[in-house]
Amino acid sequence: MNTTSLSFELNGATVTAPVAAHHRLIDVLRGPLGHNGTKEGCGNGECGACTVIVDGRVVNACLYPAMEVQGRRVTTIEGLLGPGGELSAVQQAFVACGGVQCGFCSPGMILSVEALLDSHPEPTDGQIRDALVGNLCRCTGYVQIIDAARQAARMRRDNAAGGDHV
Amino acid sequence: MSESTTRSALRHIGSDSPRPDAADKAAGRASYIHDMARPGMLWGKVKFSDHAHARIVNIDTSRAERLPGVRAVISAANTPELRMGFMGDNVALKGDKVRQYRDEVAAVAAIDPDIAAEAVALIDVEYEPLPGVFDPVQALAEDAPLVHDRDSRGKPLTSNALSLSYHHTSGDLAAGERASKHIVQGEFSTQLMQQSCMGTSGCIAEFDLRSNLTMWAKTQIPFLAQKDFNNALRAMGLKHSNARVIVPTLGGAFGTGLDTHAYEYIAILLAWRTNRPVKIVYDRVEEFACLSPRQSSRTRVVQGCDGEGRLTFRRVEVLQDNGAYTSWGATYPTVMLLPATSLYRVPNVQFDAQLVYTNNTYCQAMRGYGNPEVNWAIESNLDELAEALGMDAYELRHRNRNLPGEVTPMGLKVTTCGLGECLEATAKHLDWANKRGRAGQGATSGPGRHVRRGVGLASLVHVGGSGRIYRSDGGGVILKLDDFGNVYVSYGGVEMGQGLHSALSLTVAEELGVLPDKVFINQTDTATCPWDVGTHASRGAFIACNAAILAARKARKQLFEFAQEVFADEAAKALKKLRRRQPDYEPPAFDVAAHVSADHFRMRDGVLTLEGAPDEPWLQLDLGRLLRAMHFRGVAGQMVTVEAFYEPPSELPNWKKGVGNMSATYAYGTQGVEVEVDTLTGEVRIVNMVAAHDVGRVLNQQTLAGQTYGALAQGIGYALYEQIQTEQGKMLNPSFTDYKIPTAAEMDFPIHLEFVETDDPAGPFGAKGVGEPGMVPTAPAIANAIYDAVGVRIRHLPITPDKVLAALEGKGRSDTGDTTETAP
Repeated sequence: MNTTSLSFELNGATVTAPVAAHHRLIDVLRGPLGHNGTKEGCGNGECGACTVIVDGRVVNACLYPAMEVQGRRVTTIEGLLGPGGELSAVQQAFVACGGVQCGFCSPGMILSVEALLDSHPEPTDGQIRDALVGNLCRCTGYVQIIDAARQAARMRRDNAAGGDHV
Repeated sequence: MSESTTRSALRHIGSDSPRPDAADKAAGRASYIHDMARPGMLWGKVKFSDHAHARIVNIDTSRAERLPGVRAVISAANTPELRMGFMGDNVALKGDKVRQYRDEVAAVAAIDPDIAAEAVALIDVEYEPLPGVFDPVQALAEDAPLVHDRDSRGKPLTSNALSLSYHHTSGDLAAGERASKHIVQGEFSTQLMQQSCMGTSGCIAEFDLRSNLTMWAKTQIPFLAQKDFNNALRAMGLKHSNARVIVPTLGGAFGTGLDTHAYEYIAILLAWRTNRPVKIVYDRVEEFACLSPRQSSRTRVVQGCDGEGRLTFRRVEVLQDNGAYTSWGATYPTVMLLPATSLYRVPNVQFDAQLVYTNNTYCQAMRGYGNPEVNWAIESNLDELAEALGMDAYELRHRNRNLPGEVTPMGLKVTTCGLGECLEATAKHLDWANKRGRAGQGATSGPGRHVRRGVGLASLVHVGGSGRIYRSDGGGVILKLDDFGNVYVSYGGVEMGQGLHSALSLTVAEELGVLPDKVFINQTDTATCPWDVGTHASRGAFIACNAAILAARKARKQLFEFAQEVFADEAAKALKKLRRRQPDYEPPAFDVAAHVSADHFRMRDGVLTLEGAPDEPWLQLDLGRLLRAMHFRGVAGQMVTVEAFYEPPSELPNWKKGVGNMSATYAYGTQGVEVEVDTLTGEVRIVNMVAAHDVGRVLNQQTLAGQTYGALAQGIGYALYEQIQTEQGKMLNPSFTDYKIPTAAEMDFPIHLEFVETDDPAGPFGAKGVGEPGMVPTAPAIANAIYDAVGVRIRHLPITPDKVLAALEGKGRSDTGDTTETAP
């Protein structure tokens, strides 16, 4: 198998990994880079478990050719933790609202909410549903996930407001 | 069960605290089977059949064997026969015949998944196709092709009918019919449904050098799996080997893990052949097409009532397509008996279920396990009965509601029952009185004039205190306390997403008197956990928490007995220390030694106190300190590790008669739905939902709401669109694009949850099992709402727009009111 070296920014650090032409982004993340937080649920871009953020946009890492990520900025679930290991506002909201059950869809679901709130800090319920329509969950019926997205938006705004005072 | 606590005294039970595993899962740190690797591990892959029914003429594995990186290729020709299933009618690798599309005919182990997939494609199998049978009614015809010509013992078979059948008769059916003013009947059917776990199936099999097996398995039955795998090891000639089953984090289960699977036996065979760990993980297509789904059913129901709306009799006949082999799908009737005999008060009942082999996929468990299938028929038909009688459908149900203290025709002993309250809450929150029977409210002009609204409801009864289907229906808990006051809990059941660990850690914290964050739930492992029959029948929290309460009481007894010996000394030491720091401290007059007695200790948040003692820090003994005092006392040192096994007070039913009190208590509930039906497209949109459930007692708000919302969503998928489509036994839609499950876009309506607390005497803190009930009555509630909106009765799930449209067109053509669609 012919491999070349791929270099990109992963969760704020530059990484290199061997990659073959047929590799998908998820193969590189879960393989040589050992980032197992990105889950593969279908391998066909249908379930969203493998959602990651590339240059600010959510993509399915099971469809995204690994070669395409050269020089780009990738955020995975591992990149959301703060320097002291603290959960992001979105992750905290998922925990607090019961948005996590079996947890297999959670990393992708959480990254979809992160990307939504980056572009829409005060999303409507309709915008939340639209942002999550590509992330399937079989456990929750989505109710507490949507609660979590609403709460995360509030927490982010409160954090930003609190930050202004400091 | 819980005499020690009154509701107001509870500190953790009933709270809204997050589940203990949530943070790691939200951080992507939970380790599923997909994330696990073992040193030297190989990747297994299965070769599936290309025919639904065929004789295997030859399997040529030579090209696969020559592929670099392949370590083993196996088939029935070079492996021992491993029988599977409770009737033993299936084998892991098929030798003579394939009987369904998904049959396993060969397998490979290779150094990576790509090579394994390539090798499987290089296996050439020559078949001689045989005529198949794909319809359960046709399969019963005398000239139907035989799926099995011999049973597992080699006895010739002459029919596709299974030897299993289920019957129940109680009361006097003829008298019931005579006493009826109105009798209605109907034929209903339900479809094959895929459990659709987000994490697909998989396992790792590894042998040690003493030939003992360790299996990391996506299972709900670790101990019954151990028994199955040990039988396989015997069949492989490993007479003294043992299987250890370890359960990683599960990406959902919903019934898929209730039996052992061919891929697991194949991984065992490959691991034994290669002397390397072997991992097999299904991809999504395999998960859809090669795993056993929820079984389909055809049900005929007849019910009658007198002039006052009292139910007089009920007959239920079920025909189930068993598929090619027998797994737990064949035992759905054990649960179908619950709605058939015990949903509402019916004095005269007859139930018959028959199973028949076909060349379709064989089936397994899924949430509700036969209950939604028969509930669909009974609750749809009850609305028809109410209409025939001219009585409001809510009123009919309320008049016949189950009551505490009754014994049902099946012999179910109803202890607590909140069905009346559930019906009332549903009617209230759905605004039943104002919305029902408004003949399809909707705009009379404008763009929305073709949309009609209606409301419907349906109720359920289910096992709420486990369901006894095995000689033991118990489960054990071990509590191990360490020198620091931490508590480790070992339980043999499975956390699969439902929130068992939440309920279990809160229960241990509550009953033992420690903080929940000092409670750690150990990984489920047959080597370290006490036996448990499996996590099914909504039994996980009920059994685990009851066992944990017993164990916590044992631990408290040991702790308090020991504290009698040391409390006064420890208090004196603490006082001395305090006085060194605060020389002017004057302790209140209190004779510690005179008060010390095992009966007088209290423990809360990991701190031991004496009843009646003043609230002083030196009179508070930290649990860790007490445990260290017990541990470090020379030859008299001891540790606190306690075990308790809980066996629920229930009976193994007599299945020939369909009688027996199979659960320690029963769960009830009612769901109500408001729908909009588009009369131009046949589309059904849910506008509003109410789910009122008798849960006994809320253990944790968040987890309970999560279980109920999730079950409702599955019930909606079952009702409206989920369906495995097949043609001559082949699955046509093995993907989420073609097999639709609910997304966030569909779940866009308000849901009101109402939890009725009936405080069951058998339940942990009064709680009943709640995992399955949420999806049981959803489909008939929706169908009844559709009828209320547009006057058509859909009898065959799922209620897709084409069926609604066809029924509407049928209604338009005929003024006779015959709105029955034709069977699929």
